Amino acid sequence: MSETSHGIGGLTFDKSKRSWPNEMNILLALIIIVVIFEILGQVLPYMKDQSFLFDSRDRFDSIFNEARLKIIILQVAIIGIIALGVTQVIITAGIDLSSGPLVAATAMIAMSFGQTELVNGFANPKALFGTWAMDLPVLIPIAVGLAFGAFIGAINGTFIAYLRIPPFIATLGMFLICRGIALWWSGGNPISFPTESYKAIGAGMMPVVWFLSLAVIFHLIMRYTVYGKHTYAIGSNEEAARMSGINVKRHKVMVYMIASMLAAFAGVILASKSETAQAGMGEFYELFAIAMAVIGGISLQGGRGSIVGTVLGAMVLGVIRSGFTYIKLDGSYQLMAMGSIIIAAIVLDQYRQRNKA
Amino acid sequence: MSDDIVLKTEDLTKHYGGVHALQNANFEMKMGEHVAIMGDNGAGKSTFVRQITGVEQRTAGKVWLYGDEVNFSGPLDAREAGIETVFQTLALADDLDVPDNLFLGREKTYADWLGPFRLLDYKGMRRATMAGLEKTGVKIPNIRNSIRNMSGGQRQCVAIARTATFHSRLTIMDEPTAALGVQETAQVENIVRQLKEQGEPLILVSHNMRQVFDLVDRVVVFRRGRICANLDIKSGDYTGEDVVSYITGAKTGEEYMEHAT
Repeated sequence: MSETSHGIGGLTFDKSKRSWPNEMNILLALIIIVVIFEILGQVLPYMKDQSFLFDSRDRFDSIFNEARLKIIILQVAIIGIIALGVTQVIITAGIDLSSGPLVAATAMIAMSFGQTELVNGFANPKALFGTWAMDLPVLIPIAVGLAFGAFIGAINGTFIAYLRIPPFIATLGMFLICRGIALWWSGGNPISFPTESYKAIGAGMMPVVWFLSLAVIFHLIMRYTVYGKHTYAIGSNEEAARMSGINVKRHKVMVYMIASMLAAFAGVILASKSETAQAGMGEFYELFAIAMAVIGGISLQGGRGSIVGTVLGAMVLGVIRSGFTYIKLDGSYQLMAMGSIIIAAIVLDQYRQRNKA
Repeated sequence: MSDDIVLKTEDLTKHYGGVHALQNANFEMKMGEHVAIMGDNGAGKSTFVRQITGVEQRTAGKVWLYGDEVNFSGPLDAREAGIETVFQTLALADDLDVPDNLFLGREKTYADWLGPFRLLDYKGMRRATMAGLEKTGVKIPNIRNSIRNMSGGQRQCVAIARTATFHSRLTIMDEPTAALGVQETAQVENIVRQLKEQGEPLILVSHNMRQVFDLVDRVVVFRRGRICANLDIKSGDYTGEDVVSYITGAKTGEEYMEHAT
């Protein structure tokens, strides 16, 4: 079949006629934000002609400021992994508030199976279990973490799909339960000193590797598999999906399970990266993950949004965070600015939808 | 029963609590026949359709499809048996494009061993969609645009094109043009004529007398939950006024006199 094929009466599908993808707008916004920081770096009197993205003038060994590029993406990678799952949940017109505390609970649980027995020749001072849980292969903390995530996701999904509890309420309850589990697991004590192999999966740029690989996998899944198609269909018109023979309830449970497993995996990686697990970890992660999806052009009414958009949304948050540090603005301003950008993203989305209708 | 009977119902009955919405409907249609179901609001037309399509469970009676007695537990069963229904409320997902909607819930796939993650055969579905749309003569500017931006007529055509794509054995349309403009109505009527030419049987629920006389072979009139007339309008023996008088109760078909009130 050629690029363009014509049926009777001008019936066509034409690749060039496809509408301007929403992701391009986010990419554009991302570029504009970078340019703004670049200009600010030049004009602000205390910045001394620094560059945001490019290498400083005194060193000509590379084009870009690689350290900054790395930090931009590294600081959003772990929340980005959560956002991949949240994206799928929001596409079904749901929401998942439980992911932040789930990160903490999973970090605690996974780390307690990823500890090393001897620290500098002495017994691990933060050991939670006996020697049987020490120096286990790295697959054990990963598997335990993912299983815990699947369990929490199955509960979320079952309450939402079968018992018809609104997603906001069901996952809000799970938010508190998971934070409770995180505190209860070790009685509030941090769990530290992971094995070398457990350290390795979250060390250096590994979170970015995980984030981008998972993003590619889930982009392909959402676009090219029946799972993805049905996820969009349910968010678009749940009644039509049911009439078309999709098992909507079972599918929703699957979506919440996958989302929670991604959040749990983020917890496993966060504990590895931090080389410790603490009950207070992952604070506000659920909200930042939702923010990434929203900035990435997802519709909270469901049916629209994409993994590519969410990755770009994550980049926008990363750039803003780095940019504010770069122009030496306080963290309090960062929060206010990010809040404003989230609201602006929603306003834009509403405006676009009204124009379309 | 002869082989050329597409659909037959015997004493089909539906009660909603104390309301007798449908009583002892005996209906029969032949291969290639287009039959209109008419009647006032609440006469039992939609109830009749809902029993055949498995949307509701009948209180009593029997249904045969192509000679086989059928007992659908839901609309999916009916669809699998080859009954394709265009409902008054469109069952379309706005954010998906035309092929996605046509194949929703029965996608063409490969690598089926991947279970829920089996791969979509976009190319195959697009090709089948084009074929289905061509068969019905539906004109849609670009089938890869989402349904959201399409007019009511185009959306209705997409819903109807499902029947052409899946070679249904019986098509049922429940007031397909009720919400459409003049041009769009003409487009839908053209599709119906095409189905007729292709010999595909159709049940059309309609209030539009002109449309009914233009399109179908036979009119079955419902009144107060009962069939009250079976009119072969192609014979030329009946006019619109006749049909109206059956609908309002001024007349009743001879064979249905015993229940007339």
